[in-house]
Amino acid sequence: MTRVYVEGVGLLGPGLQGWAAAAPALAGSAAYVCAPVVVPVSQLLPAAERRRAGLPVKLVLAVGEEAFANAARDPGATATVFTSSSGDGETLHKMCEGLAGCDREISPTRFHNSVHNAPAGYWSIAVGAREASTSLCGHDASFVVGLIDAAAQVAAENAAVALIACDQPYPEPMNGVRPILASVAIGLVLTPQPTARTLAALDISLSDADGAQTRMDDAQLETLRLGAPSARGLPLLAALARGAGRVEFEYTGALKLIAAVSPC
Amino acid sequence: MQPLAISHFTLANCLGNGSAATLAALRQQRSGLSPCDFGGADVDTWVGSAGALDTPVRADLAAFDCRNNRLAELALMQDGFAQAVAAARDKYGPTRIGVFLGTSTSGILATEQAYRNRLADGALPPTYHYSKTQNTYALADFTQRVLGLSGPAMVVSSACSSTAKVFGHAQRMLAAGFIDAAVVGGVDTLCLTTLYGFASLGLTSAQPCRPFGAGRDGISIGEGAGFALLEKVAAAPRAPRLLGVGESSDAYHMSSPHPEGEGAHTAMRRALDAARLTPADIAYINLHGTATPANDTSEDRAVVRLFGSHTPASSTKGAHGHLLGAAGITEAIISLLAIAHNFMPAGLNTSEVDGELNTDYLLQNREGRVGAVLSNSFGFGGSNCALVLGGAA
Repeated sequence: MTRVYVEGVGLLGPGLQGWAAAAPALAGSAAYVCAPVVVPVSQLLPAAERRRAGLPVKLVLAVGEEAFANAARDPGATATVFTSSSGDGETLHKMCEGLAGCDREISPTRFHNSVHNAPAGYWSIAVGAREASTSLCGHDASFVVGLIDAAAQVAAENAAVALIACDQPYPEPMNGVRPILASVAIGLVLTPQPTARTLAALDISLSDADGAQTRMDDAQLETLRLGAPSARGLPLLAALARGAGRVEFEYTGALKLIAAVSPC
Repeated sequence: MQPLAISHFTLANCLGNGSAATLAALRQQRSGLSPCDFGGADVDTWVGSAGALDTPVRADLAAFDCRNNRLAELALMQDGFAQAVAAARDKYGPTRIGVFLGTSTSGILATEQAYRNRLADGALPPTYHYSKTQNTYALADFTQRVLGLSGPAMVVSSACSSTAKVFGHAQRMLAAGFIDAAVVGGVDTLCLTTLYGFASLGLTSAQPCRPFGAGRDGISIGEGAGFALLEKVAAAPRAPRLLGVGESSDAYHMSSPHPEGEGAHTAMRRALDAARLTPADIAYINLHGTATPANDTSEDRAVVRLFGSHTPASSTKGAHGHLLGAAGITEAIISLLAIAHNFMPAGLNTSEVDGELNTDYLLQNREGRVGAVLSNSFGFGGSNCALVLGGAA
């Protein structure tokens, strides 16, 4: 079991316009109202990068900035774990479409935007972060993979780590083979010890016991949880909004990840 | 950092299948690069091809069939690696062995092919299995099934640092107590995306790449697979060891390294600190050495700033090419071969080292005791990772 402390949260999704605004709906004390995601354009990126940055980059900047603002922590001095099931779907589609045609050209910008760690790269440039950064994938379990990895890193380095999970829909024809319901991004600043801004303690463990993954109470939020890989983190945010809770995540076929939230 | 034993390893690439093939090629100073004739690509460059790879993956995993997973399976069957993992599985239990793999291409070739075979309504053909080929996690999913493992698994996809970083991920998960052993490594394979993509950035050479060479002009893309089994030192005290991992970000540019190699310097220094070693303890540096003008210049500055000009160094990319996502694991294994066989491999294809570079760059193999090696991997987005590897104490 590894204990970390949640110091800041960021969130973007349909009807989830920021952690502060969305927390009551996640806690169940207000109604959840679905609405299209509004993605702010970050002023952190230099103008040239702002032009080149795709949707995934805008999403991670928004939730990352919010999580660090809530934590009152310097993003430039903090290691990061990025996780995504899909990467930049728009870029993948345009590249493959181009390669299937006669011209077979790829624009240089499109190519470097296609790497799975493009959001990590843009983030580090935007905030001037020279600490370690990683970019992970676990398919439907991408949020879980990011969470356990970030917790292990906090413990190993005895230092804060930000986890940023992000996914957005693919255009057709990829959408036909991998439908993703909506753009969802979650940011969590995790620390090894409690601080003045700590929201809760978080105990991470693995279990091979039988048991169901934790669902969202609201039917629409449950649909979102299953329909967008990054939204698999919503039950954890719900527990954080309530101040406590035990959340079970599907991980591999044989293992579940347990995240126990408690006040501190 | 607590050292870890690297109790088994294997690899496959244009030099051949298994460790003996790579070792022989290095000893003979033989390159495996050839002119690119892959998949109808009209790119004037040399590549490191791992062969036809026309044997499908095993029948019960047919949905995973794609070039990347074929090369993974081929490599896993070399050097008794799969058997070694099976023995570890019996010892620790299948849920206590983690799988940490890297890839930048994953099965994208399958997606490229699917886009050329769209149905009349534009849909992708039903023979295309997104989650088992294209998806970045597919490699770990496939490898777990081949090896019969069911512990924590993840894919790291940070471009050319991916399969160096996996060592750090595994070490942290072991230290946290989530696992008792780990399979690390990864695979990247040839595809049109990387050939045309790197060409569009002006980063491919029309000749076999010449790392650290005067007039060097770009990379030779290769494909490869590599895997290693990590355990606690007490479980394999006579095995070589992972001594340190150092990581950093450039925070500079998406496809060009920091000109002074600031991030590279930080990663190397952190790796030495983690290993509780000094630059003088390093017998040989396996450079990232891609043969782009920018990488080699910035890496040279970082190396000289930290080590001075007298630590023997080379890039082995002249032999096997730039394996992109698979570079880290391949060059870590080559570093282990150097330690085991007490020789430092030469940098191939380069006849004259660039006069602006001051690293002690080897143009011939050098025999001699190799106690500890530093291996560098630096990727797009400014992702830097350095590993320190050593023999049994």
